[in-house]
Amino acid sequence: MLTALRTTSTSTLPRFYSLIAAYRSITTLVIAEHENGAIQLPSITAVEAAKSLSNDNNSISVLLAGSGPSLHQAAKHAATCHPSISQVLVADSDKFRYPLAEAWGKLIHLVQQKGGYSHIITAANSFGKNVLPRAAALLDVSPVTDVISISDSNQFIRPIYAGNALCTVRYTGINPCMLTIRSTSFPLPALSADSQSNEAHISQVDLSTFDEDSIGKSRYVQHTSQDTERPDLGSARVVVTGGRALKSAENFKMIEKLAEKLGAAVGATRAAVDSGFVPNDLQVGQTGKIVAPELYLAFGVSGAIQHIAGMRDSRIIVAVNKDADAPIFQVADYGLVGDLFEVIPELLEKLPEKK
Amino acid sequence: MKILVAVKRVIDYAVKIRVKPDKSGVETQNIKMSMNPFCEIALEEALRIKEAGLASEIVAVSMGPKQCVDTLRTGLAMGADRGIHVEANEALVPLTVAKIFQALVGLEKPGLIIMGKQAIDDDCNQTGQMVAGLLGWPQGTFASKVLLDKEKQVATVEREVDGGLETLCLDLPAVITTDLRLNQPRYATLPNIMKAKSKVIKKYTPQELNIETKSDIEVVEVTEPPKRKAGVIVSSVDELIDKLKNEAHVI
Repeated sequence: MLTALRTTSTSTLPRFYSLIAAYRSITTLVIAEHENGAIQLPSITAVEAAKSLSNDNNSISVLLAGSGPSLHQAAKHAATCHPSISQVLVADSDKFRYPLAEAWGKLIHLVQQKGGYSHIITAANSFGKNVLPRAAALLDVSPVTDVISISDSNQFIRPIYAGNALCTVRYTGINPCMLTIRSTSFPLPALSADSQSNEAHISQVDLSTFDEDSIGKSRYVQHTSQDTERPDLGSARVVVTGGRALKSAENFKMIEKLAEKLGAAVGATRAAVDSGFVPNDLQVGQTGKIVAPELYLAFGVSGAIQHIAGMRDSRIIVAVNKDADAPIFQVADYGLVGDLFEVIPELLEKLPEKK
Repeated sequence: MKILVAVKRVIDYAVKIRVKPDKSGVETQNIKMSMNPFCEIALEEALRIKEAGLASEIVAVSMGPKQCVDTLRTGLAMGADRGIHVEANEALVPLTVAKIFQALVGLEKPGLIIMGKQAIDDDCNQTGQMVAGLLGWPQGTFASKVLLDKEKQVATVEREVDGGLETLCLDLPAVITTDLRLNQPRYATLPNIMKAKSKVIKKYTPQELNIETKSDIEVVEVTEPPKRKAGVIVSSVDELIDKLKNEAHVI
């Protein structure tokens, strides 16, 4: 084990040359997720972030993996979904049927060895956070996670301490520079119809040299998801969140009703999740989802720093709380001190009908 | 089976942090430090596995300055059998921590590594995945439930993922990182705190383990996040709706 370690810390000379090369041109690999034959929105956002690495000479490839017809349908979607994509790489194998980090780590390693990309980017969602650091370790580089701003091709800003400080970091290592990006910080511009004409080249990843070591040591068992017809929490324009003050799962339905009226997604604090009012995938905060909607309405939310870390970038924040000293009022644009059991019904009655 | 548990010393989660005026980092002098909350959950899970008769020894590992020994003592007081302190005064990035872990695994030969999913100071969420990658072990990140099968040498891990829960089956040895809902960590009792003082903490340096601590990430500056403009308190629902409609234009 120790000898293996010694060989990984190679001489600094190749590091130096690849650093020079990094300044010459930017070639980015975006690790993408797909579902039902389409690229997922956070992955398209990662392409948008990749675009901002450099103004010129930035060639962006998208890597998709999976198996069967839905993969190839997704590849077609990838080829046209963003005008900056120049190539779509498809890894078609049963090994990628489920998004397991072991297989993905090896795949990224393989594709990087062939492609020599200067940057590898993916969204900082549960897939990206699981897969990218593992791949980075295989490539012996430090990843930069949860990037909210790209200053230049090697300098990035990321939040630390639950968003209570912003840290600017410079990547000084060898290629590739690996990033996960916070989707809400790289909004997609409205893409015009004519951009669709620009179609990227689709090619298959040659898996003949795919290293199978450690693949198969993890097996997918099942996925249980919450069926919901409401918009996705991560990308919703309006989010209505409830906290512990709702008191019960039954009362939490008021939040859902209000969300329906506003065409909004439902969020929750950790306290509400831990009390069993709602499932944990609705949790907003440092350890849950990070959201940045146009309008964020918080009902019975005290405003712990861990929660604020997940919603402080919302454009308009509204807080309704009985306690006038609740910290949530310090970040709220509009605050209403009152009992949410009176305020929510009144809002339901008086809000204009929408959608 | 031996379990290695990583414990990190961080600024206590309840402290409101202050950015240093020279922008070099966050003020850490005379600030309350504690064990990272996710690490407490990791240690608690290891203790429960041992109490169920599925593990023989729990080794808590911490890396950083000499004060990390306090964090290790907390872990020993919770119930860990012994500690390992890798003393380093420079900041360690997750890749370096992962390499040190890899070296310790070579020495200790554990059957399972449990870590928190992220440290609440750097919010990186990388170390567990990197350790698993370096060792070629399977990983079960963001775990909300762990079931060990000693006979088959597998761990069934329920993970918190976007849009629900995912269940994986991992061959041991494996790396598991813990999410908040995995368990409720115990408090160290006074007798156990006293007992912990006599437990062994072995010391290493990264150099002794042949690990370079030079990092490929350089902190340029640390700043405060932009302040939000002070808001207004409205007096009624009607006023709120009016503001949202005519001032903020969001409904």
